[in-house]
Amino acid sequence: MTKPESEWTWKELTVGNVVLEPGNASQYRTGDWKTLIPILDKERCVHCGLCYIFCPDMAYNLNPEGYFMVDAYYCKGCGICAKECPTGAIKMVVEEEK
Amino acid sequence: MGKRVGMEVSIAAAEAVKQVDVDVISAYPITPQTHIVEHLSELVANGELDADFVPVESEHTALSVCMGSEATGARSFTCTSSQGLALMSELTYITSALRLPIVMILANRTLSGPLSIWNDHSDVMSIRDCGWIQIFAENGQDVYDQVFCAYKMAEKREVLFPVIINMDGFTLSHVIEPIELIDQEKIDAFLPPYDPLYRLHPDHPITMGAFALPSIFAETKQAHEVALRASVPHIVDTWKAFGEMTGRRYTPIETYKAEDAETLLITMGSFGETASVAVDMMRQEGRSVGLMKIRLWRPFPFEDFKKAALRAKNLVVIDRAVSVGGPGGPVASELKAALFGEDQRPMVYDFVAGISGRDVSPSDFVKMVDKAEIEIEEGNKEGFEIYGVRG
Repeated sequence: MTKPESEWTWKELTVGNVVLEPGNASQYRTGDWKTLIPILDKERCVHCGLCYIFCPDMAYNLNPEGYFMVDAYYCKGCGICAKECPTGAIKMVVEEEK
Repeated sequence: MGKRVGMEVSIAAAEAVKQVDVDVISAYPITPQTHIVEHLSELVANGELDADFVPVESEHTALSVCMGSEATGARSFTCTSSQGLALMSELTYITSALRLPIVMILANRTLSGPLSIWNDHSDVMSIRDCGWIQIFAENGQDVYDQVFCAYKMAEKREVLFPVIINMDGFTLSHVIEPIELIDQEKIDAFLPPYDPLYRLHPDHPITMGAFALPSIFAETKQAHEVALRASVPHIVDTWKAFGEMTGRRYTPIETYKAEDAETLLITMGSFGETASVAVDMMRQEGRSVGLMKIRLWRPFPFEDFKKAALRAKNLVVIDRAVSVGGPGGPVASELKAALFGEDQRPMVYDFVAGISGRDVSPSDFVKMVDKAEIEIEEGNKEGFEIYGVRG
């Protein structure tokens, strides 16, 4: 189904609410849970990838320039990346003030 | 006509489960359900039934095993009573939400406490809203027959709901009754192999039991509600087809000498037979009394109930459980709610009787009718009592 789940009517549900399409958990927007979002200071980044490794939601991806960047669609704002960053390149800021 | 034999009702129930050729049985023994699963384990061990019997450490696991096996497309059976049902209760809501057509026999027994092993309906009423089809059997033949009907209706594509067959503990489960067994060829023709709509299979991955956000949960409940209500005609059709095969005709609501009756006794389960004797006794005295027996408790057959009830002046409801601190017995409160929208409605007097296996004889039913008719005549509109309590 192409339209978002929040628009489905009860008649459109499968019997027993079975999910027929594999891998569609990626459609679930966990990014709207957060209040803080990580901001990367590229000057201080050493490309170590610890943010990518520690992120519990696998919200970090390597971009073509070689930086690990957070995907705001999934990031819950937990701050583990900022805590683990060895150079202090990641800062958590209030998303609304970004 | 099939062979008529004297048989303990529990054994007949187990034989029926054998005849529907289940693939998986998982259960934990509890009185008074024990004889059913004991006999099934013997049938599997002897090679008479080609099924997996999964002995488990609890009823919680028993239903979990059945949900797993049913999800792969295996016809599954479980059976419990009382505390066992309470322990599996959280799974019952999930089974129906997943639309898995498992059949469970519930040998009804009082929920403790005080600790008791005897019969009433407090166990099943604790999961009244679990979203299964719920049937009450009146006698041994009824229990045996309902096993075939239950799988037939449950597995219909238009239904796909689990079914509870309620049989009164001891009163039915431990009594030897004449049972007319049905020939296997007839059962095979009546009940085709289970053809699931969805099933877990590694070649076609799907997800069952995913979580639902607040944005979709209400829609899932609406779908469940509509589908369970819409199963009524398919349940009726199943019983019709069974009636054509055997001559034994079952309906959601059954009546006895009710057409012209001013007062109707209303029962569920094995009390129906005793109450019909009481009705005969009162009819001999020229009293205008009849009987209504509720066979289908969920989905509740509102139209059939109203059709039979609205002709009467007084309804004397026999409940077998108490909603402590609430509106009395669960059956009476439900019937009152069903009648609320009617301009002309009968008065309802509610007796909770025969809880935890206390005997209720035909003369007790007569006494209850006597009392209710007097109380209603005197203007008591809230009649409720636990019958026969000393002091």
